[in-house]
Amino acid sequence: MSVVYFIVQQTMFFAIPLLIVAIGAMYSERSGVINIALEGIMIMGAFVGIFFINAFQDSMSGQGLLLLTILVVGIAGGLFSLLHAFASINMKADQTISGTALNMFAPAFAIFTARMIQGVQQVQFADTFHVAKVPVLGDIPVIGSLFFQNCYITTYLGIAIFLAAAYVIKHTRFGLRLRACGEHPGAADSVGVNVARIRYAGVIISGVLAGIGGLVFVIPTSTNFNASVAGYGFLAIAVLIFGQWRSNKILMAAFFFGVMKTLASAYSAIPFLKSIPIPNEVYKMIPYVATLIVLAFSSKNSQAPKAEGIPYDKGSR
Amino acid sequence: MKGELRNFWKGEGLVNFCSSILAVAWGLIFGLFILIISNPQQAYSGFMMIMQGGFTDGIQGIGQVLYLATPIIMTGLSVGFAFKTGLFNIGAAGQFTAGAFAAVFVGVKFTFLPVGVHCLVALLAALLAGALWGMIPGLLKAFFNVNEVIASIMMNYIGMYMVNMLIQRTVYDQIKNQTQPVAPGANLPRAGLDKLFPGTNINIGILVAVLFVIIIYMILNKTTFGYELKACGKNPNASRYAGINEKRNIVLSMVISGALSGMGGALLYLANSGRYMQVLDVISPEGFAGISVALLGLSNPIGILFAGLFIGHITVGGYNMQLFDFAPEVIDMIIAAIIYCGALSLLFRNLMSRIRMQKSRKAERTGQKQNAKEERES
Repeated sequence: MSVVYFIVQQTMFFAIPLLIVAIGAMYSERSGVINIALEGIMIMGAFVGIFFINAFQDSMSGQGLLLLTILVVGIAGGLFSLLHAFASINMKADQTISGTALNMFAPAFAIFTARMIQGVQQVQFADTFHVAKVPVLGDIPVIGSLFFQNCYITTYLGIAIFLAAAYVIKHTRFGLRLRACGEHPGAADSVGVNVARIRYAGVIISGVLAGIGGLVFVIPTSTNFNASVAGYGFLAIAVLIFGQWRSNKILMAAFFFGVMKTLASAYSAIPFLKSIPIPNEVYKMIPYVATLIVLAFSSKNSQAPKAEGIPYDKGSR
Repeated sequence: MKGELRNFWKGEGLVNFCSSILAVAWGLIFGLFILIISNPQQAYSGFMMIMQGGFTDGIQGIGQVLYLATPIIMTGLSVGFAFKTGLFNIGAAGQFTAGAFAAVFVGVKFTFLPVGVHCLVALLAALLAGALWGMIPGLLKAFFNVNEVIASIMMNYIGMYMVNMLIQRTVYDQIKNQTQPVAPGANLPRAGLDKLFPGTNINIGILVAVLFVIIIYMILNKTTFGYELKACGKNPNASRYAGINEKRNIVLSMVISGALSGMGGALLYLANSGRYMQVLDVISPEGFAGISVALLGLSNPIGILFAGLFIGHITVGGYNMQLFDFAPEVIDMIIAAIIYCGALSLLFRNLMSRIRMQKSRKAERTGQKQNAKEERES
């Protein structure tokens, strides 16, 4: 039974950041802007966050510091994504190219800044955020050990973000307008929706969430940050496509990848898998191979937003 | 040729060229800005190091630039070729790694081959391995409608782990955590270039890269096949209507693109420069540099050649800049800024075309006036 607990707890560490970033990407793409810069924004968010923790961990610690950092990281991610929004909305630039530029910029910035300030590129931090057991809830049999022991508050925050995001895009006026801008910006514009402003909102939301996702990815899985989030930004885009740009399916897709990734990184702690003579690298490949296979089956009838990736030009209405 | 040159000055060519130069200028200014923020005293000397780049160490530096430029010209060609056909091959890194491993494997194991043939077989193996790695996203795109960006990113990771595993099982040097050295016969010949550039790692690799630049230029601009590929890139629906086999073209384009990247891997690791493939969980940076090269060269093979040389140039500058206690990553930031400014170049292009339109309108007006005058006079 302890193996099951272990797998579920590990899966949370991998699935929650994917869920947060993918649900953010949904906002950007359904407003009509492809955001391939998620990887870069995650790196930026994680870097700013870990650096912030590194600077303030002497005077603060625990959940207060974590929540404050998440706030800072969200702002950093949002600001960084503005570059992408400006290029793709105002300048009508090729969105893949501007996203690629951000992806290249973020790791270089993280390494450069870390080396100029502290000499080495790894930024260390002390993990004072781990929760061994949530009071009261952690004592519930089975469920307590599954979900409320050996965890981080980011898990619950991630689920809260997901619920809020899923509600907003489906049941509010803003969500409806956002979806309209992604499907038919001309029609939205003709009834008085400001397409540029809605798209800015979409990109900024994705930036804020990607920044938070970057931090949420690094904290449970490491004690230093080395200018990389291991391709999680790209995996989040895969989750988005696999989830067909719909929030419920994104939830399932994120947990599917979370399980895959857990098997890849923690197989040696699972007695059954450890006994099979399969090399380490094969396990590491599993999440990526699974992504390809899953995409091959789910891309045929893609429900991508119609106006995705096309800059809106008033003249073409 | 003369006509082409005239076209260059009159048509898109000049505007594109100017917008690239402008993007480079903005990128460099941005770099200077960063240097000033991080260390104002040394900023100017550091920046001059970047600008001088390969010219700092005279002939040796130039040789180093050519050596560094060789693999990224190949990956740049790979990405640029795919761009021309409407595909974004972000998987150049994986194809590069696959090709590099194939070349090194042949180089280490196939020692029974005679000296000249050995090298050729190794290069051929790299071409094939790269082509195979490019073909998979191509097939997925053509037959399953899988977004090639995501598919090739996944192939990057799969390639990295797979090559790590294969190295450890076949040509591994356990002590140094890298591949065994390739047989001397498999290394690229230096062909006297080392006499021209003494003290560098230069070999015929750069000439091979130039050869591929010419081949790709010919394919894209002088053959029906290249025309079909470009047509698919510009407008897939129209080309399907015109009877072009779109699926076949997607796969072929990715195969060629992958082969070019694979070749780049061979040219880097058969250079006998003391660089070996290492078992690290890092995606090869040459593949991503290829994206920058292709974007900066506007996917034009000739442009890519010069973009590769330019990036090689400022990379050498970045190494030299460490003298002044700057981290060389500022080069990557500058390149990213250049790419970003390149994406914004639409603004500049619109400006240029507006100026041009005004000019032509003026010319039209004066022409009309003259015509009217002549009519009146007659």
